[in-house]
Amino acid sequence: MNQPLFSVTNLSKKFGKTIACNDISFDLWPGEILGIVGESGSGKTTLLRSIAGLIKPDQATINYQHKNKTLNIDQMDEPELRHLQRTEWAFVHQHPRDGLRMNVSAGANIGERLMANGWRHYDDIRAEAIKWLEAVEIDAKRIDDLPRTFSGGMQQRLQIARNLVTNPRLIFMDEPTGGLDVSVQARLLDLLRGLVRDLGLSAIIVTHDLAVARLLSNRLMVMKDGQVIEHGLTDQVLEDPQAAYSQLLVSSILQV
Amino acid sequence: MPILQIKNLHKKFTLHAQNGAVLNVLNGINLQVKAGEIAALCGPSGAGKSSLLKAIYGTYRIDGGDIKVKTTKQTINIAKAEPRQIMNLRRDVIGYVSQFLRVIPRIGALDIVAEPAIMQGMSPDQAHSIALDLLDQLRIPQKLHNLSPLTFSGGEQQRVNIARAMAAPRPLMLFDEPTASLDPQNRQTVLELIAQLRDQGTAILGIFHDPADRKFLHARDIHLSAVKEAEHV
Amino acid sequence: MSQSIISPAIISPATQIDPNYNFAYLNEQTKKMIRRALLKAIAIPGYQVPFAGREMPMPYGWGTGGVQITASILTPDDVLKVIDQGADDTTNAVSIRKFFQRTAGIATTLNTSTATVIQTRHRIPEQKLQQGQILVYQVPIPEPLRFLEPRETETRKMHAFEDYGLMHVKLYEDISQHGHIATTYAYPVMVEDRYVMDPSPIPKFDNPKMNNNPALQLFGAGREKRIYAIPPYTKVVSLDFEDHPFEIQAWDQPCEICGAGDSFLDEVIMDDQGTRMFVCSDSDYCQSRSEVQS
Repeated sequence: MNQPLFSVTNLSKKFGKTIACNDISFDLWPGEILGIVGESGSGKTTLLRSIAGLIKPDQATINYQHKNKTLNIDQMDEPELRHLQRTEWAFVHQHPRDGLRMNVSAGANIGERLMANGWRHYDDIRAEAIKWLEAVEIDAKRIDDLPRTFSGGMQQRLQIARNLVTNPRLIFMDEPTGGLDVSVQARLLDLLRGLVRDLGLSAIIVTHDLAVARLLSNRLMVMKDGQVIEHGLTDQVLEDPQAAYSQLLVSSILQV
Repeated sequence: MPILQIKNLHKKFTLHAQNGAVLNVLNGINLQVKAGEIAALCGPSGAGKSSLLKAIYGTYRIDGGDIKVKTTKQTINIAKAEPRQIMNLRRDVIGYVSQFLRVIPRIGALDIVAEPAIMQGMSPDQAHSIALDLLDQLRIPQKLHNLSPLTFSGGEQQRVNIARAMAAPRPLMLFDEPTASLDPQNRQTVLELIAQLRDQGTAILGIFHDPADRKFLHARDIHLSAVKEAEHV
Repeated sequence: MSQSIISPAIISPATQIDPNYNFAYLNEQTKKMIRRALLKAIAIPGYQVPFAGREMPMPYGWGTGGVQITASILTPDDVLKVIDQGADDTTNAVSIRKFFQRTAGIATTLNTSTATVIQTRHRIPEQKLQQGQILVYQVPIPEPLRFLEPRETETRKMHAFEDYGLMHVKLYEDISQHGHIATTYAYPVMVEDRYVMDPSPIPKFDNPKMNNNPALQLFGAGREKRIYAIPPYTKVVSLDFEDHPFEIQAWDQPCEICGAGDSFLDEVIMDDQGTRMFVCSDSDYCQSRSEVQS
């Protein structure tokens, strides 16, 4: 494909008088993983939610390439957008409980997107659910258990399985390793990277953790006060940061 | 035309935390490296040898001049390239062996070595067999192959790093002190592998501190402090 | 079944209206409002129409939604039948029947085929309904998606966008927990290939009767203030999986009173020793079959 998969132009979003995102533009090309980093309150999560269609930006042109056709996301009807969100897109929330149905089994959580897309064969749905539980390293025996009986790391992996089951092309992630132990984080990062590579996904990942950004993303955007203050290859931004704030951010990484 | 051609390259660092102090690390560098040639960057510590490698690899942004890399399809100027062009170059054209291995914890050495080859489109089975062969040549014991190299010694990590680059050779290879922490036996293996690459037509630019290494490789020395005079392009 | 075999006792003729009430209790404005909601519901089969439900002289859960619909559609010439779990003689059925006798003075009946309006709680009569008849259901919870999605804003969107994956999640959970679809009542249906609908807590045995039924079917939820409808001859399909198709309940034995093998049976405990018998839940059906036999 010789054009961006996803492109955002002049996105702005205010909450009252607070400017959460100010005139942000970027492109995402097929197979790219873009990290958005910045401190709390920098507007990165608002940006992610705006581009993923979860909240409406005040202003933006958002284009998405779908089968040689450019879809204008910001002008799209809600049913069409929802269809996109449950087929070609995926959104992984920071807190698994925001992205999972806690009162239905793991298998049903994974199967929901399939059933929403017309799957009507129980055994097929179940086989697919088992395949995805294994892909995210959850014992298939847990298929009928409720997510609340899972550990935080398992819940997050279940959320990822639930999202990837329809083979999306674009995945949005909000602090996917946020609330997890360091050892669990590493496992999840490894898993995510493998899945993204094997499935040819493109991804936009919001994180405040530069180590996560380094390991997962090809490109980085640094945000501060609703602005993108630096944008480049991940190693460029981390090893040769230009803006004063990026230099401060990078020099603040804890070394082990 | 050579595979790598650098003209009047400038790079400076502005340190905002130190009242905007400016460090000029590369001042008008000119050089070129041809296919089947090994060029060695020489010069005192702080002359900008590693910085130059990072500039060529696209890690450092360029303040002036050109870094032209010739591919089968086109010539790309890294100084002005888009991030995704650089990503593609890294996958298919430029390989870089840094001094440090930076990988995700939990992935085994064998998978790490095979990864770049798989990214280039090689089948996982073939990539793994090549990776296995390289790890054997570089004397990484079999029992370590499935362990994360983050637990390895410095020398072992460096050899994994080299194997990773060798498993997916690209037309232009950059080496930053590849033999620095290796014992004589492994050092010899690494040098032989690099010489093999050269004989296969790879353009190689590296930092080799030991004059014996440079001699073994028949490297053409490029003195960084005197680059301007040495290389009139 | 011909009219001649019906014993006259089961029809109570029209009586005087209690002069303290407007016809059928509700004032004319309210009835108009409810009729407008009904028209909309009939125009969009399976769609839940909100309406300004009134307080009725009975508690929620006793059929306030159904009673308001019945009150709004009754004419002085109507013949009303009221059933609760298939029976005409339970407290709920008797009191609603008396309520309309007093406030509307209309004729009432226990006989399915004589009735023009049948208000029901939790059953569809076994006797096949005819064109011109109206079946009014009492509905406790009208939203089929409610147990899985508590947000009304979200369920409304799901209906609007035909985003019904969640409905099958419920059936999936049934199979994964019980090995089969264990939902036996309030079994969700798809109406005219568009809206997923909760048929009120009728047994799934009755679900096939909703499909292509010549009668008009109206649903009223008093507490939730929703009205929905299935017009005559509308396609109603019970949701299922290809490898777990929809099935109705079956019994190993026929009704022990009338011998019917095609009706919904209730299990009745006979004594302290646990002796049980299975009899028709539809009392009119059972009685009329017994009368034919005797």
